Amino acid sequence: MREFLAMGGYAAFVWSCVGLSFAVFAGLMLTARRRLRSVRGRIRIRQRNAAPDEGSWELRA
Amino acid sequence: MRLPNWLHKFASPPHFYRIAARIEPWMLWSGLAAIAVGAFGGLLLAPPDYQQGDAYRIIYFHVPAAYLAMQLYALMAIGSAIGLIWRMKLAYAIAAAAAPVGLAFTGLALATGMLWGKPMWGAYWSWGDARLTSVLVMFFLYLGYMLLHASLEERSTADRAAGILAVVGVVNLPIIKFSVEWWSSLHQGPTISRLAAPAITWDMLWPLLVMVAGSVLFSMAVTLTRARAEVLLRERSARWVRDAAEACA
Repeated sequence: MREFLAMGGYAAFVWSCVGLSFAVFAGLMLTARRRLRSVRGRIRIRQRNAAPDEGSWELRA
Repeated sequence: MRLPNWLHKFASPPHFYRIAARIEPWMLWSGLAAIAVGAFGGLLLAPPDYQQGDAYRIIYFHVPAAYLAMQLYALMAIGSAIGLIWRMKLAYAIAAAAAPVGLAFTGLALATGMLWGKPMWGAYWSWGDARLTSVLVMFFLYLGYMLLHASLEERSTADRAAGILAVVGVVNLPIIKFSVEWWSSLHQGPTISRLAAPAITWDMLWPLLVMVAGSVLFSMAVTLTRARAEVLLRERSARWVRDAAEACA
């Protein structure tokens, strides 16, 4: 265990996987929340502006 | 064939949006807690493997990622099929929300698999291995779905075209699952999902089960958040969407 914690043996491969996994988890969580916030924000802006030409407003991606 | 009434009620966008908003934080935080417990158990409490030493601990990140990559593809394909057959807009929204999450987990499964392959097989990748190649095909199917969906201007056309691709790609799932049994493979055979008792000791198994459960909850929470954004986009002209957006201001 001490060797594993000190990055001995194959531990570097394991800790690389740990770092990569937590980076993916954090990325998924943050991008999902940011997308929801951004969509809500754009809907609010659209409401405030109340554009007469509804078709010109594009929300995709 | 008609859909059951309860499913129609659940498929109503405002109803789904409200339910998803309520359950998503519970799923997210319980999932993160389970991932923390599972990672602690797998990295620090589980004993080293008698053959692989500590390198086997990659299993605690690789297996949940690979499992979710397949489950999310199945969810995307089922959502697309329901959308194609019953023209249910919510099903298309869920399929579109599951795609980027599934792509991320497939990429993670491939990367962690490569990092496991190098010390155990002596190579990061082997093109002759059916399991590795079929998972890479799934990665490109996810990517193809997302690119096709983003490239078509008309949303209903994009949903249908990408949905057909997702449904056709389902044929790859049994190939991934049974590739290690059908062909000679560097990848090991099934350890847990087999009819006999698992070929892994309980001390190593429980952190893996906790990690899988936590990752499932986490991925569902993230997919629900993305699905809520998709629903808002698709229903942006509806009164309830304006009220929901204002309520969160």
